[in-house]
Amino acid sequence: MEITAVYYLIPALIMFCCGVYGFITRKNMIAMLISLELMLNAVDINFVVFNRFLYPEQMEGMFFTLFAIAIAAAETALAIAIIINIFRAAKNIDVRSLNEMKF
Amino acid sequence: MEMTIPVLILAIPLFMFLFLGLLGMKMSHKLAGTLGTLGMGTILVLSYYTAFQYFFSGAPEFINAAGERLQYLVFDQTWLQFTEKLVIKVGFFLDPISAMMLVVITTISFMVHLYSMGYMRDHHGVYEHGFQRFYAFLSLFSFSMLGLVVAPNIFQTYIFWELVGASSYLLIGFYYTKPSAVSASKKAFIVTRFADLGFLIGILVLSYYGGTFNFAELTSAPVEGLAGVSQVSLGTAEGIKAMFTNSAAPVFMGASVLTWALVLIFMGCMGKSAMMPLHIWLPDAMEGPTPVSALIHAATMVVAGVYLVARLFPLYLMETAALDIITVVGALTAFYAAMVACVQVDIKRVLAFSTISQIAFMMVSLGVARPEFHEGLGYMASMFHLFTHAMFKALLFLGAGALIHAIGSNDYTAMHGLRKYMPITHWTFLIGCLAIAGIIPFSGFFSKDEILSSCLGYSWVAYLWMSLVAGMTAFYMFRLYYLIFWWKEHETPEGHHAPHDQPWTMSLPLIFLAAVSCVAGFIPFGELVSWNGHPYDFMAHFDWSVAAVSLCVAVAAIVLATVMYRKENPLPSKMRNALPALWTWCYHRFYWDELYMFITHSIIFRSVCRPLAWFDRHIIDGTMDAFATVTNKVSEAIKPLQSGQIQMYVWYYLIGALALGVVTILCLL
Amino acid sequence: MFSNILIYFVIIPLLMLAGTGLCRGVRGIRAVAVTGSIALIALSVYLLVDYIGLRAAGDSAPMLYTDSWMWFEPLNIHLAVGVDGISIAMLLLSSIILFTGSFASWNIPQPKEFFLWLILLSTGVFGFFISIDLFTMFMFYEVALIPMYLLIGVWGSGRKNYSAMKLTLMLMGGSAFLMLGLIGIYYHSAPAGHELTWNLLEIAAYDAVPHGWQSFLFPMTFVGFGVLGAMFPFHTWSPDGHASAPTAVSMLHAGVLMKLGGYGCFRVAIYLMPWAAQELAWIFLILTGTSVVYGAFCACVKTDLKYINAYSSVSHCGLVLFAILMLNTTAMTGAIMQMLSHGLMTALFFALIGMIYGRTHTREITQMGGMMQILPYLSVCYVIAGFASLGLPGLSGFVAEMTIFVGSFQAGMADYLGGEGSLRLVFTIIACCSIVITAVYILRVVGKLLLGPVYDDHHRSLTDATWWERLSTATLIIAVAAIGCFPNFFSNLIKTTFTPEIFTVLGM
Repeated sequence: MEITAVYYLIPALIMFCCGVYGFITRKNMIAMLISLELMLNAVDINFVVFNRFLYPEQMEGMFFTLFAIAIAAAETALAIAIIINIFRAAKNIDVRSLNEMKF
Repeated sequence: MEMTIPVLILAIPLFMFLFLGLLGMKMSHKLAGTLGTLGMGTILVLSYYTAFQYFFSGAPEFINAAGERLQYLVFDQTWLQFTEKLVIKVGFFLDPISAMMLVVITTISFMVHLYSMGYMRDHHGVYEHGFQRFYAFLSLFSFSMLGLVVAPNIFQTYIFWELVGASSYLLIGFYYTKPSAVSASKKAFIVTRFADLGFLIGILVLSYYGGTFNFAELTSAPVEGLAGVSQVSLGTAEGIKAMFTNSAAPVFMGASVLTWALVLIFMGCMGKSAMMPLHIWLPDAMEGPTPVSALIHAATMVVAGVYLVARLFPLYLMETAALDIITVVGALTAFYAAMVACVQVDIKRVLAFSTISQIAFMMVSLGVARPEFHEGLGYMASMFHLFTHAMFKALLFLGAGALIHAIGSNDYTAMHGLRKYMPITHWTFLIGCLAIAGIIPFSGFFSKDEILSSCLGYSWVAYLWMSLVAGMTAFYMFRLYYLIFWWKEHETPEGHHAPHDQPWTMSLPLIFLAAVSCVAGFIPFGELVSWNGHPYDFMAHFDWSVAAVSLCVAVAAIVLATVMYRKENPLPSKMRNALPALWTWCYHRFYWDELYMFITHSIIFRSVCRPLAWFDRHIIDGTMDAFATVTNKVSEAIKPLQSGQIQMYVWYYLIGALALGVVTILCLL
Repeated sequence: MFSNILIYFVIIPLLMLAGTGLCRGVRGIRAVAVTGSIALIALSVYLLVDYIGLRAAGDSAPMLYTDSWMWFEPLNIHLAVGVDGISIAMLLLSSIILFTGSFASWNIPQPKEFFLWLILLSTGVFGFFISIDLFTMFMFYEVALIPMYLLIGVWGSGRKNYSAMKLTLMLMGGSAFLMLGLIGIYYHSAPAGHELTWNLLEIAAYDAVPHGWQSFLFPMTFVGFGVLGAMFPFHTWSPDGHASAPTAVSMLHAGVLMKLGGYGCFRVAIYLMPWAAQELAWIFLILTGTSVVYGAFCACVKTDLKYINAYSSVSHCGLVLFAILMLNTTAMTGAIMQMLSHGLMTALFFALIGMIYGRTHTREITQMGGMMQILPYLSVCYVIAGFASLGLPGLSGFVAEMTIFVGSFQAGMADYLGGEGSLRLVFTIIACCSIVITAVYILRVVGKLLLGPVYDDHHRSLTDATWWERLSTATLIIAVAAIGCFPNFFSNLIKTTFTPEIFTVLGM
């Protein structure tokens, strides 16, 4: 059995959909952040897969993924910091209740 | 004629007004009063001189070779130019009636100035508050009234007409802390303003068709070779009529446009001269100080309406329908006012209604005047009556003022039996009463007799009607006289001084005016004033039968009054009980004031102004606010879309993307 | 650029702005405001004399002192200036009212900010009156409107936020129409083959706006300016706005800003689109004729002094627009005189109301009475203002109204006899009725507020006018009396505007 791109893409798709689902439904900011990371990782997998199967002689997809991972780490750190600050201020990280600054 | 004196006649009172008005409060009362009186005295001399020049100098600009009196325009200064032809000028116009009015106004005004020096202070000689203001306003009034009578064009008349209205407002409301005086002044101004609306529209119509404001162009023809001189003639008035009839729409709603214009102008006269139904302001105007009533509301301003009709008389002759209206209005008013005067308690009110009635006499006299009967006797009679009435009515008012000043009340119930206490007032008042009643040889006899003669020429109904009113006049005046001076012994209330005659400043005008009332009838008035300037031989038209009848009527009425009121007796109350309804209606002046109150308060204020104001606030403004509210509501409604919740945005995004995808696929299929 | 005298009407206010900005103390600010406004009065008097001299010398150009500097080339926008008799009258009026308004706000809190905005507002006003370029005219118009919001919102009283918002929004709504109209005019300003222009005189000379477009653009511009001229039914900003505005702002607003409306209606709507002015006049005749009596009737039952005067302004300004629509020289002259007269007397009214309010802290006439005994000077001034308003001869209201009535009646009769309907005639007569209603509401206020017994004994301790208040009111009274006594001077000044060219443009 040959491992084709589809074998990689389907889990990635599932991961992405999970991420979207999680992002839309979860109200906890940490959970939303995790969902976001899921989507990001799914996209990263896609980058690697397309690079590997479509343009094996080039490495752009790989590098792009490496960058994305680095940025995701930075972004997570930033988001966690914000979330912790929000938690300190509001004792809560439920996005529905965080409407103090709205309007 | 030199311009200096006419200019001074107008300028001095205006200057006195500004001077006393601005600086009066810095002066002592006495100084202000003296200055005002001296100023008026100067105008008196100048006016007498001017009138004397006009009537007796025989200069060619005043009288032509045929002995006709001419109209002379002393000066005419452009004030405001509307169009090429329609120009308001301020000028000085001399003709028989304006010269006569100069004399009347300055005489009465001077007497009132003098009289007020005594009247406007209390028994201890303390001047009233606002004494300087009083003289300032009197000067303003004199200025406006003089400007009115010498106006060479109808717009100047209108300007000064408004100014006399305003000065009358100020003087009626002189005691401005009294609510009744305030509302009386307001009423006087608004009622006359309403009438002036008619006057204004009349002027607009007249000037549109006639193409001019000038009286000379409307009613007379220029005399060749003399600038500013014109001659009253039918010819030019025919020219004006031709202008009206040749225009595109000579008839409006069944009457000729000229009639409309003249009737509208007469409406202004009705307001100013207190003709029914616009008379309601005059009785209330008695809230003003009595000298003011004598000057403005008896002798001068209220006859402005008569004067204006006389001024436009050649035009009125063109449209006798308008004259007929004047006759009817005048006759009704005369009768009505005489009825009401018979039952009033307030002596100034009696005099006020008597004034209305007498002015109505003058109006009727103008209304019945026709050249074909006694060569326009009515016109001359009207002016004559204006002259004599001014004198004797001012006398009566000043006499009433003396009484009020002595007693401190306006009601005759507080007076009675004063003849021994105030002999000068008594005798002069009696002369006034005899004059107004029309007893020979007092002045009223002559003028009233001429009015009745001209009524007879018009129709016997008018004659009988006016004779009846003349009889009533004699009755109510003597009723008043007896109730004040006889009836019963005077009872001085506890703690009061017995009433006594007033200081010379007040007595002198009374004596002077009484003297004038005695002799004014013998002035050869017809020689001086007639509608077309022709000297008028009065004796040639004197009708002894009319004179005898009117004299009999007057004497009979006086006898009746004597019987009823000379001594305290139950006859008056019996009369009153015999006709209770009539008495009540007369006493309440036929409820005209209530009717007006109803119209203004219930209809105009409550049914027009209030709903309009409500409409403005709730409908119009409500609509504007509704725009704002709707905008607010809509934005409130769509605000949640912009919730800031990214999850919602993702949902919208996903749904949108899906929908777009579906649409794309459907399209591709 | 600085050789043109007109530009100083903008430069002086700008200098005043700078001066006010630099001043620390209230005395300095007052000094700047007074000096500046005296300079403006002097400038306008000089301009007036010079203008009359030029006209007497036979200069018959429609506008004098014209000049034009390119501002934005691609759209051909210039800063173009020029004046005629009407503008000069308006400039004089504005400078007098700015002068008296400065005195009326002698003790305003936060004087620096207040005067900054006030002077900015008058910059807009002066700029508007000297501009003959539609674009810069509109720009100055907006400059005059915006400060009003802050002036009312910050220094006002009562429901000031509501009023300020309402006034600004309604006037902005009007200027939205206006901008549409002006841009429309610009795109039809010149016949094919010529460069499009914003210049009033050039547009009038080309007379190229197609009739179809005129019947769209005329209502746009007329309504746009009419809102500021308090035309029924777009007048409701006026009562609320005036009621909340501080004294000087009420004075400037009713005295000058509302004149911008009438001036604009004449200068832009009618002057540039004479065909539509003939054809569509009837709509606006009905509206303005209604405002004349409607405002007067509403004023009869109001009890707040400022509301009464605001409604009276609706009535009087309605008369201005009404007379302009008569398309008759006399009536138009009357309209401009009414603008002058109303500007002065309504400023006087608002100044006096402000002064009375500052003492009694109420504007309800039911809460006051007998002021004549307590505040004789202010009361006499109020009576004089009232007489001017109800049209007493010798004061300004009379001459203006009479000129309007005579002119309108002529226009009306000409229509009626020419078989063109009697609308003008009927509405002239209805407008004449306003002289009676005006008398009713003026005398009602005078009787209630000034005469009669003292209503509230606490008022007995009030003091009469201070020197700056006396100066402010006396100046206005003298101006009102000057117009009333020598109307022909002003009438001739205004009539110089109606040069032969304008007659041909207007088809009169």
